[in-house]
Amino acid sequence: MSEDKATAKTSQPGPEAIESVEELLAHAYVIEVDAVERYNLLADQMEVHNNSELAALFRKLAGHEEHHAKEILERAGDKALPKLKSSDYKWGEFEAPEAAELDRAHYLMTPWHALQMALRAEKRAFAFFDQLVKTAKDDEMKKWSEEFREEEAEHVRLVEELLTRYPEPAEDWAEDPDPPVYLE
Amino acid sequence: MTAHTAPAFKASDYKSDIKPVWCPGCGDYHVLLSVTRALAELGRRPEDVACISGIGCSSRIPAYVNCYGFHGVHGRSLPIGTGLKVARPDLTVLVAGGDGDGFSIGGNHFQHACRRNIDITYIVMDNRVYGMTKGQPSPTTEPDWDSALSPGGTGLSPFHPLVIALASGANFVARTFSGDPNRTTEVLVEAIKHPGFSFVQILSPCVTFRPDERGWKDVVHTAAVEETDDPARAARRIMTDDGFNIGILYRGNRAPYKLTGREATSDTDQLGEMFAI
Repeated sequence: MSEDKATAKTSQPGPEAIESVEELLAHAYVIEVDAVERYNLLADQMEVHNNSELAALFRKLAGHEEHHAKEILERAGDKALPKLKSSDYKWGEFEAPEAAELDRAHYLMTPWHALQMALRAEKRAFAFFDQLVKTAKDDEMKKWSEEFREEEAEHVRLVEELLTRYPEPAEDWAEDPDPPVYLE
Repeated sequence: MTAHTAPAFKASDYKSDIKPVWCPGCGDYHVLLSVTRALAELGRRPEDVACISGIGCSSRIPAYVNCYGFHGVHGRSLPIGTGLKVARPDLTVLVAGGDGDGFSIGGNHFQHACRRNIDITYIVMDNRVYGMTKGQPSPTTEPDWDSALSPGGTGLSPFHPLVIALASGANFVARTFSGDPNRTTEVLVEAIKHPGFSFVQILSPCVTFRPDERGWKDVVHTAAVEETDDPARAARRIMTDDGFNIGILYRGNRAPYKLTGREATSDTDQLGEMFAI
């Protein structure tokens, strides 16, 4: 018999385990840096696959997240943020809350799909800070969490507004007459 | 968790300017993130790291990591990595590739690299298929995987790399999932730090030829028991788990191989003298 019957998806603690403002700010910073890396990777993929419209969109999203990351460091002022290692993260999930889902990328995806991906990411980030507002250890942590939550709510609104410019593509958007898969 | 504001290296410092050509959605993108993050956490200088590979989709990774790299021949990444480490023990040597490269054509090298216990880290991005050559079953493919190129499945028992590694003498054995990049980073950091041959199997979905593997994120789970240094216990666990148990499964204490008799050298004149008739 296996010893590993009682298992959990991830052993990482969630945001409720964040203990200080410095740790909170470090997590907020990592969230943005992670998003920058992922959007840039997605932009690279779309450039390789000659989907230039989407490459530009992902690059723009990466730029926005980079700006947010810089803002967090500026706002942190002289607070010494801990350098978090992967074992220190308190996402409670496999990935950072605002992580763009690399596994959902497709070479024929459209701006609608990219913005849906961004929308899901912003909503997860909102939920992360919402949880922190509820579990903040002191008033200062709560104040920062509320600010970040409000910013994420604003990002959700912005992405939703952008989405109004792009209609949902037809169901056969992923159909490729010359796919890379051997079909015979 | 150490407090300071300016880390020596960022993950992006280890990302090269070459854009990956993997299919969008491929698990190997997550592995690339994890490798660069692990190197940043370890603070290794890019010039002190070498990434060696064989042939296959995942074996393209040396081009995408900003360090020394060698994209070798099919199945021969471990001999190249072994030679490099013996000649340059100061380097952090990562050997990377896929399940076909590592366990089929490179299977014999895999066993003997485990046995030699050189201080290198072998990362196998296991997608249970030959993706680069359009979807043939690999050594780790399930026997009943039905596809155009293997109608009805192969009916063959899959290769169990973790058990083989353990039985052959690997000093560190772990399984992770590419879609859990934080855990993968954590495991890679430990694997690189641990002396001797470290083997990390990363379940990395091939979304093009194995779209069913997208479902792995719903079935992988954290190892519920602590890692062990007892090979018998580790073997029993690995043999009886469901193949989706992720974490460090064995951390041994066998001393890594050390070159004896003469000092390693990378001086070409000295090397030439050794081969002079």
